Amino acid sequence: MLEIKNLHAKVADSEILRGIGLTVKAGEVHAIMGPNGSGKSTLAHVLSGRENYQVTAGEVTFQGRDLLQMIPEERAREGIFLAFQYPVEIPGVSSSYFLKAALNAVRKHRGLPELDAMDFLALIKEKMKVVEMDQGLLNRSINEGFSGGEKKRNEIFQMAVLDPKLAILDETDSGLDIDALRIVANGVNALRSAERAMIVITHYQRLLSYIIPDYVHVLFDGRIVKSGDKRLALELEEKGYAWIEDEQAKAPRAGV
Amino acid sequence: MSSAAQAKTLYESHFSEMEKGGLPNGKAWIRNLRERAMARFNELGFPTSRNEEWKYTDVAPIANSVFQPARRVVDRLASDAAARAAVKGIEACRLVFVNGYYEPGFSSPRRSLEGVEIGSLAAALEGEGDWLEPHLARYAGYEEHAFVALNTALMGDGAVLYVPPGRIPTAPIHLLFISVAGPEPAVSHPRILVVIGKGGQASIVESYVGVGEGAYLVNAVTEVVIGENGVAEHYKLQRDGERAYHVATLQAHLAGNANFMSHSVALGGALTRNEINAVLDGEGCECTLNGLYLAGGEQHVDNHTRIDHVKPHGTSRELYKGVLDGKARGIFNGKIYVHKAAHQTDAKQTNKNLLLSRGAWVDTKPQLEIYNNDVKCSHGSTIGQLDQDAIFYLRSRGIGVETARSLLTYAFASEVINRIKIEPMRAQLDRLLADKFQADSPAEREP
Repeated sequence: MLEIKNLHAKVADSEILRGIGLTVKAGEVHAIMGPNGSGKSTLAHVLSGRENYQVTAGEVTFQGRDLLQMIPEERAREGIFLAFQYPVEIPGVSSSYFLKAALNAVRKHRGLPELDAMDFLALIKEKMKVVEMDQGLLNRSINEGFSGGEKKRNEIFQMAVLDPKLAILDETDSGLDIDALRIVANGVNALRSAERAMIVITHYQRLLSYIIPDYVHVLFDGRIVKSGDKRLALELEEKGYAWIEDEQAKAPRAGV
Repeated sequence: MSSAAQAKTLYESHFSEMEKGGLPNGKAWIRNLRERAMARFNELGFPTSRNEEWKYTDVAPIANSVFQPARRVVDRLASDAAARAAVKGIEACRLVFVNGYYEPGFSSPRRSLEGVEIGSLAAALEGEGDWLEPHLARYAGYEEHAFVALNTALMGDGAVLYVPPGRIPTAPIHLLFISVAGPEPAVSHPRILVVIGKGGQASIVESYVGVGEGAYLVNAVTEVVIGENGVAEHYKLQRDGERAYHVATLQAHLAGNANFMSHSVALGGALTRNEINAVLDGEGCECTLNGLYLAGGEQHVDNHTRIDHVKPHGTSRELYKGVLDGKARGIFNGKIYVHKAAHQTDAKQTNKNLLLSRGAWVDTKPQLEIYNNDVKCSHGSTIGQLDQDAIFYLRSRGIGVETARSLLTYAFASEVINRIKIEPMRAQLDRLLADKFQADSPAEREP
């Protein structure tokens, strides 16, 4: 579904990604871990098409198409969803209006009829259960005055509504207490399916006790330096990132 | 001839034409008032940019134009415009003016609304009512202001409204001013006087629309006098024609514990100058000024507000927002003047501007003058572009970039619209904004 080859990217002249390779197939959940500044969020932003991130080398294909050629809204319509680390507050735009506009843009792109108000309402009522969302939040402006936990739940709720093929969760666990984490993780697990792939970006192993990944990758200094299964996450939790840093310092730097 | 001398000659001729034409001039106090105001205009002349209050607005295009006095027109264009400008749900009490003249045929027939006297200024000036004299031209100072002086000298028609003590009409009163542009530029001087007795209340909608493509000048003056404990809600909607000049002063005077709310929405015109002044001349007054100005192309829109806290325990809240596109120029100049006696004043002023293009420009000038230590006053102003993070967030959910921009612009402006309390008017303006920014109709927004 997603194929990343030798991806290099920079932000404001400093190279953050230095040759990422990753293959994600439908139904798989990949965790990407790494210390602060290793390039985790940059990878998420590059995949979602954020401006100010310049790809300098490499390629990314999504369902056989060149992802890097697509503008952000096209990526979303093709089925990529980014759950933001810091969801944006947008005063004056009601959540329900926004979601309906987004959903219908995505449906139109996929050749599906637009939903009318009644069908839309029925759909969101069903999807709200996924993250135990309070319906009152829908009448408010997007994320405005939401608590940290409500914002993250809202991200997963949007994901449930938009039904993406590939979901990228950027530090969705950061700042959450254990109850909120459990709700968010349950929501994500409910959305796992054989057709959908997920990339879960996190600094901590904690989230991965709830969302069990098929693969774990360690990102360090802009490259994936280690891959394994869920046991790698536990090992990292136990030994800390210093272990990777030491290993990297000793290893000869291929390609540099 | 210098342009100042030319203006003097021009408006002197309007003045004498009016005297000959038998417009309401009969009573001695009115005649004296007009003469004093005309003389004052001749002394002042039109302001130039050397005048601090007119620093950012050059009225040379007005000073150099040869306007004819606007003529009465009753035609299909005017009646169509009257129909189009109706606000569904507030038709019960509507006075329509075309080129400054009251048109009974376009207006709703009700002469009185729950004990409230409503009528045209022309009729009131000729009538026997004795409530006019102590109020008319006693608040909007023609001594210092050339446009107010000109209006006072040349006012022919307009609206008068008297709410007796304790009366609270349930419906808003809509005053609609239609300008039909003719082949030659013309000027009208609408004049409105609203007097609210002790404990009375009224909602007034003052709206301006233009028909045709020609240039014209609307020079309006509105005085709102609120007695003790009285409440006035004033709405102004300006949708003049593309080549129109619109200069207006709204002067409010509040007695103790009175409440004044003003909502000003400026959309039209080539050059607009809106002045809103409120004098909180009693203890415990409350004043709210909300404003929205949207300008594109080469439009120029200037908002001048002044709140005078004269007595203790007054509260004022002000929010003005501007959206400027193309090569439009916006100005916000908001003065809050706290007098020596006005302790425990609580004043807050906010001005926010959104620039949608590189060519757009805005000058924002908050001015606080405080002569008492025991007060709470704040002001803030911002000038910015659309939030790139918000645009990306919307795009990342599949919403196209143009729709995202429209949605955010609409959201910015709607904060002011949402404060409008007359629901049919709020809904109409909401639709208007949505159309303007090509967002979907808000009626379809809620699931």
